[in-house]
Amino acid sequence: MNIFLTIKLVLKNLRARRGRTLLTILGITIGVAGVITIISLGDGAQSLILGQVTKLGSNLLSIVPGKEVENGPPVPGLIITSLTNGDADAIREIPQVSATDAYVRGSAVITWGNKSVDASFMGNDEEYPQVVNFTMEAGQYFNASESSGGANVIVLGYDISQELFGDTGVNPIGQVVKIKSSLQEKAGGVPLRVIGVISPRGSAFTQNQDKLVFLPLVIGQQQILGIHHLQGIFVKVDDAANIDSTVAAITATLKQRHHILDDVNIDFAVRNQVDAVKTLSTITNALSLFLVAMAAISLVVGGIGILNIMMVTVAERTREIGLRKAVGASRKAIRNQFLLEAILLTSLGGVIGIILGALFSYLIAQLMLYLKYDWLFSVSLKAILLSVSVSVLTGVIFGLSPAIRASKLDPIDALRYE
Amino acid sequence: MNLINVKNLKKEYVTGDVVTPVLNGLDFKIEQGEFVAIMGPSGSGKSTLMHILSFLDRATSGVYEFKGQDITSFDDNYLADLRNKEIGFVFQAFNLLPRTTVLDNVKLPLIYSKKKDHDTLAKKSLEAVGLSHRLNYFTNQISGGEKQRVAIARALVCDPAVIFADEPTGNLDSKSGNTIMFILQRLNNQGRTIILVTHETDTANHAKRIIRVKDGHLLSDEQVKNRTIAQADKDLIK
Repeated sequence: MNIFLTIKLVLKNLRARRGRTLLTILGITIGVAGVITIISLGDGAQSLILGQVTKLGSNLLSIVPGKEVENGPPVPGLIITSLTNGDADAIREIPQVSATDAYVRGSAVITWGNKSVDASFMGNDEEYPQVVNFTMEAGQYFNASESSGGANVIVLGYDISQELFGDTGVNPIGQVVKIKSSLQEKAGGVPLRVIGVISPRGSAFTQNQDKLVFLPLVIGQQQILGIHHLQGIFVKVDDAANIDSTVAAITATLKQRHHILDDVNIDFAVRNQVDAVKTLSTITNALSLFLVAMAAISLVVGGIGILNIMMVTVAERTREIGLRKAVGASRKAIRNQFLLEAILLTSLGGVIGIILGALFSYLIAQLMLYLKYDWLFSVSLKAILLSVSVSVLTGVIFGLSPAIRASKLDPIDALRYE
Repeated sequence: MNLINVKNLKKEYVTGDVVTPVLNGLDFKIEQGEFVAIMGPSGSGKSTLMHILSFLDRATSGVYEFKGQDITSFDDNYLADLRNKEIGFVFQAFNLLPRTTVLDNVKLPLIYSKKKDHDTLAKKSLEAVGLSHRLNYFTNQISGGEKQRVAIARALVCDPAVIFADEPTGNLDSKSGNTIMFILQRLNNQGRTIILVTHETDTANHAKRIIRVKDGHLLSDEQVKNRTIAQADKDLIK
């Protein structure tokens, strides 16, 4: 029996029972839509995280003061002074280190004329542009002599520049702004000359990079915060293959400088961006797997629906089966007809599910973009192929038993069936 | 030519320990081009005999030769194929597919055959029963007599060696029944072998030969003397 004739026949039968067909495939549709959405969201989250990491720069290590607590967040209110400028200089001597950036940071109020804005500031080194990826919108970043000499200069993030100068038409470069720590109550602040504006960068890890301003480390430490320690050091490793050895070298150097003999007393932590991504990926993957399992349950329930409806269909069409056998249909032809009917049912459910899932993922992507995340909408071929094959497989698994039952009907009994 | 040759044909049904004999050793031959009525009261075994002759069922023992071939050794698939090629069925209850057009009903056996150009064959077949004007009607839109004519067209479409008609007029009024018998006789006149199964003598008298069965035995096997010739409906004479 010709496969196209069979498909035509089956489609006609399904069309004749439109309402029932749609209800039957609902379970499959929901299951597949779930799978598509979950995989799409997982891919989106993955690319978001990876994008943020590349935005910050690759091969990046972050050294923070304080003992490593299972990658946990820092203890609020606790000020740890164990990391010093000398530590940064020592790390700079490690051969695999291609750039370092020792920094302090805080929140500050920046004033120009009668305008003032809240901003986060970083006091850091001239090597910061080599550690983190960004381009200059105007002017330039401060150089080595400005950094080490503690020149009164400042580089503005794009948003800060817009907020202060955007509607005035004044070129920010060369203007003098005043900056003071948010914690400092008295008026005034340190006057700094704007020498550069950074191009828009967007968000990375919850922080809007365009609301940052940058000034030499010495200014940040001594004139704004009034401290002598560092709040962290960024380290750029020359090659991804050297990350592990560099982590070991930094650890050894700092242990020696801090006179630490026992690992229990280590008062700093070296964090690896790659590890952080891995941890995040593990979490998203586990979550996806869990959700896919729930979707799979929905598919099984849908499959049982198919099984049920196919049993009813076979019973309803007993006379038709008898007639078909009488006019020459073999067992195989009958089995294939009903199996194909089940497969077409589940495939139809799958296709509708893919469309709905893609639509839903698209809406979520639009929402994420609206919320200013760099969300990439994608429905991968992998997800579509997976859904299609799962739908077909569901049809085969749950359609086989009714189809075999139909094929085994005795034509004489079937023709007499009322 | 010898079409059907049955020797000592037996059929019994086994339910648990109880064996029910239905056919107790039948012997007869049917030639190509004959019009045979198999007659008998209900329970006589005539339906079982028809099922065996039309490859829907198998004999328990004995020989059944069709066109000289002993079919008892053939498997189910081969018999299905043989039904498709050699047998046309006309049932008492029509057994047309619901929600399906007249044309598609007639095309049904062709799905399982290797024949090509299904539409042409089906239309030709419908022309032979005078239903060319009903091609695209659904089967619930036509009368009982017309339904049975669709069933005959369906039986004809694969050009079978023999048509089995099982009480073809049983569900019809006498006028429609007469039309059916007219069509069957005309087909027979054109050379088609017809085997009619009925319990009504009036219907059986349309055949050329009557085989009477009772309690699984052959009661008589004789030519019809005063054969009834069905008169044609006006719309069928064209």
